[in-house]
Amino acid sequence: MNFLRQALAVASKDLRSEIRSKESINASVAFALVILLLFSFAFDPTSDQVREIAGGLLWLVFAFAGTLILNRSFARELVNDCLDALLASPVTGAQLFLGKAVANFVILTVVELLAMPVFSIFYNVHWTQSIGLLFLVMLLGTWGLTVIGTLFSAMTVNLRLRELMLPMLVYPMMIPALMGAIQLSSLLVAGEPVGADNQIWFRLLVAFDVIFSLLALALVETVLVG
Amino acid sequence: MSAVSIQKVWKYFGDYPALRDISFDVAPGSCLALLGRNGAGKTTLLRILAGLSRSSKGEITILGQDARAQTTRRAVSVLGHGIGVYEELSAFENLKLFARLYGLADPAAIAADWLQRTGLDRVRDGLVREFSRGMRQRLAVARAFLHNPSLLLLDEPFTALDDRAIKMLQDLLRAALKDGRTVIMSTHQLREALELATDVALINRGKLAFRGPRTQEMLEDPTWLYRHYGEA
Repeated sequence: MNFLRQALAVASKDLRSEIRSKESINASVAFALVILLLFSFAFDPTSDQVREIAGGLLWLVFAFAGTLILNRSFARELVNDCLDALLASPVTGAQLFLGKAVANFVILTVVELLAMPVFSIFYNVHWTQSIGLLFLVMLLGTWGLTVIGTLFSAMTVNLRLRELMLPMLVYPMMIPALMGAIQLSSLLVAGEPVGADNQIWFRLLVAFDVIFSLLALALVETVLVG
Repeated sequence: MSAVSIQKVWKYFGDYPALRDISFDVAPGSCLALLGRNGAGKTTLLRILAGLSRSSKGEITILGQDARAQTTRRAVSVLGHGIGVYEELSAFENLKLFARLYGLADPAAIAADWLQRTGLDRVRDGLVREFSRGMRQRLAVARAFLHNPSLLLLDEPFTALDDRAIKMLQDLLRAALKDGRTVIMSTHQLREALELATDVALINRGKLAFRGPRTQEMLEDPTWLYRHYGEA
């Protein structure tokens, strides 16, 4: 219980700071909307092709917008050397990581929820028919992106070129989660059922989330302190 | 048992040895002034003691345990170059957050108490980004003291403090020493440090040049130590 309480204290601190500064959410929402708008000019929104690539487009937007949030996650701790104050406190690396991952997950989910109606309008896609399953895929995929991104955010926090390094390191690692989320989202947005042959993507997403969550919790202390 | 035991500690940054074979103990209840020129290795040593960095070689125990042990960190406080408080939170929220992270009972009451003790109660709900440098420093002092640490690691604690804040910090440190707590303080403000110190360590280019009790002649002439044991 104490583990979760301290992790939640870190998460609520990050969310409170973000609500006041709005620095990550403004940038990522604006970025997501601009990308959706630009792609809507590049494709014919009424074509079947759009529905086929809808999942891919959606998750690439989420992944790009997500790195703007993830870049700030540990970087905000550099102001006033707050990271040192946190690391010197009894909070473990795992608690710090979990708190930050939860805060990033909430912020990225808000960005996704704001982007979805815009996506629906620009691309003439009615994704509400499978809203429950699509929301589950969004949650699983977002947690996968968040876990990997938060760990690499900790890894790159002291690099001068962290804004460049984080996407370079994190996108290749996200590929399995993105593949699963893209396949399932494409099906659900097109209104097709998720058959038995596509269950593998659900399993892949869940396995990715579990494995990388455990790995990140185990490794983050070494990443932060050496 | 020593409050702090440092045995044959080396720290390399690449090939450069920032600390070279440092060994000394700090007795419980003592106040060690850690002195040295810029780049001597004082901050590096304090960061290792605080568990923020690992030594390349050698052994360090804090209160008989590893510096990164959770129980050690509960008993240690660090006040470094950065103030370690959040710009987007209020003074009260900052202290309440750290009280929660240290697992203290009734974090709100402790935060309110330390705001009052540091004279910040009138700006309790003001965001730190709106504070002057002196007010931020006082908040940082409150953050460092709020969990009643057994060992205080202070890196340039008097920097940016005005006269009243220096007096407040000195009073808090005297009270802490009277309670039997241990203080290790790195500073360039020799007079303030030597007034409080019971012991002195001087580091020159990563090597321990002097370690001993503070003497009357150091107090009368704060540069005495540098003239006798420092670099020319």
